[in-house]
Amino acid sequence: MSEVLVLVDHVDGSVRKPTYELLAIAKRIGEPSAVFIGGSAQAGAVAEAVKAYGAEKVYVVDDAEIKGYLVAPKAEALQQLAEKTSPAAILIPSSAEGKEIAGRLAIKLASGLITDAVDVTFEGGEIRTTQSVFAGNFTVDAKVTKGTPIITVKPNAAAPEEGAAAGAVEEFAATISEAAKTAQIVASQPRQATGRPELTEAAIVVSGGRGTGGDFTAVEALADALGAAVGASRAAVDSGWKPHTFQVGQTGKTVSPQLYVANGISGAIQHRAGMQTSKTIVAVNKDEEAPIFELVDFGVVGDLHSVLPAVAAEIEKRKG
Amino acid sequence: MTLSNIVVLVKYVPDATADRKFEADNTVDRVGVDGLLSELDEYAVEQALQIKEKRADEEITVTALTVGPPEAETAVRKALQMGADKAVHVQDDAIAGSDAVATSLVLAKAIEKIGVPELIIGGLASTDGSMSVVPAMLAERLNLPQVTLASVVETQGDQVRIKRDGDTATEVVGGTLPLVLSVTDQSGEARYPSFKGIMAAKKKPLETLALTDLGVEPGEVGLEAAWTKVESVTERPPRTAGEIVKDEDGSGATALVEFLASKKFI
Repeated sequence: MSEVLVLVDHVDGSVRKPTYELLAIAKRIGEPSAVFIGGSAQAGAVAEAVKAYGAEKVYVVDDAEIKGYLVAPKAEALQQLAEKTSPAAILIPSSAEGKEIAGRLAIKLASGLITDAVDVTFEGGEIRTTQSVFAGNFTVDAKVTKGTPIITVKPNAAAPEEGAAAGAVEEFAATISEAAKTAQIVASQPRQATGRPELTEAAIVVSGGRGTGGDFTAVEALADALGAAVGASRAAVDSGWKPHTFQVGQTGKTVSPQLYVANGISGAIQHRAGMQTSKTIVAVNKDEEAPIFELVDFGVVGDLHSVLPAVAAEIEKRKG
Repeated sequence: MTLSNIVVLVKYVPDATADRKFEADNTVDRVGVDGLLSELDEYAVEQALQIKEKRADEEITVTALTVGPPEAETAVRKALQMGADKAVHVQDDAIAGSDAVATSLVLAKAIEKIGVPELIIGGLASTDGSMSVVPAMLAERLNLPQVTLASVVETQGDQVRIKRDGDTATEVVGGTLPLVLSVTDQSGEARYPSFKGIMAAKKKPLETLALTDLGVEPGEVGLEAAWTKVESVTERPPRTAGEIVKDEDGSGATALVEFLASKKFI
């Protein structure tokens, strides 16, 4: 069985959930090999983490020399590793940086690239991807026809699968060119921890829009009762009520949770583009004509400031 | 280094508010659906113009570059109306159906043909394919640094500094010209063309180039040469509207709790 390279998504050695989802997909295709580009001091802990989710091998690329640079050095490291291992596929998280690494890698390896896959299957020796396009209105079934398939995969595309694997650690010394060390990260401000799940990874997302009037208390209370992430519409972000990192939609995050609760959000096409593929959609809106109601599995025509606190209180009560 | 040339990448896309569809060969229908300059590229044009205005003593030429069908002229025209100085439109029937890899090849060759500028600016993503990879691919092909997804852009001399809202951190990224920059919709509201701008645009140079002008073989681009293949495109069945209840004295909350419980969310 051939190896499938999985680029580990991590923050200073703390592995993020999409990595485990990618490992589950890699298992369908071949032998998962995690690629950790990071500090060698964290390699042990990362290896333990990915091994529990099926990584047969863990390549460690020490980033001491390249840590402060954007995208290009990681693409070079992956290129060299791919040339050495001839993998069946390379799976990369569909984050902003992941997609750019994949873009550069595709040119380097003269290989086809598919971004934002929401599913990846392997049948009859062929890797096929599913993508959701045009604001989720169409589903595209595609494959790579040249080189090593490079696929960026969206969060929640697969369920992580626990199951211990060998997790054999192997140091890989990549040779990084000076040309790749040109876009330098001069300062980095980690996102403030909210205590809630990350928006794109969350199983439940509770969002607020113009109808909140800028008061997200009720939205946040419901989110916390459900253990959900908090999102916002562009209108709420443009009004300065929430930072851009909360924005769900075409120019913000695309989410595909099990449950999406839209509160005081009318449901413009740009917002739909970011949430239409959610499994179950619920909306609370005062305006019964709001287009969001065309999408919902369940809708409440009413004031979110009275409905949401009552729902949150009842959930807390049931939890005991 | 003085800044003399900026190339802005613009794309002609089907209107997102129209009924977008696909052709029989699974490519995006770019002709049968009303198109326009991708909204997210307007921010790239805006940043190019702002940089030109801030560095008025350097006589910067802003060139809008597009690759697309004859209708794509609309996209570069809009850029000219906003204030770009000239436009280049690469148009060739052989290009139809190209993937991002081939598009980046055509863009790279076109940029080499018109002269590699100190600064290339693109948008966050196209509003149709929305892969967000062309700036990175172009940087790779031209062997340039990429300073991408900027929400704030500052340039001084040959230095470019941007703010980038990553998934886990907000970063300040710096680079030295020449480089490829891409900007998000947070970088600054794009201007509307003024009446004067619309009139002036009619006299601005718009050059059309074919693949032979770029030394690109027809076999290197288009649907057949794509490194990926779309096997099928399926329209998602429209979501059927579910149950909608009117809240009266708390009945809405009770009904919603019951719904969430029935779906095992609580």
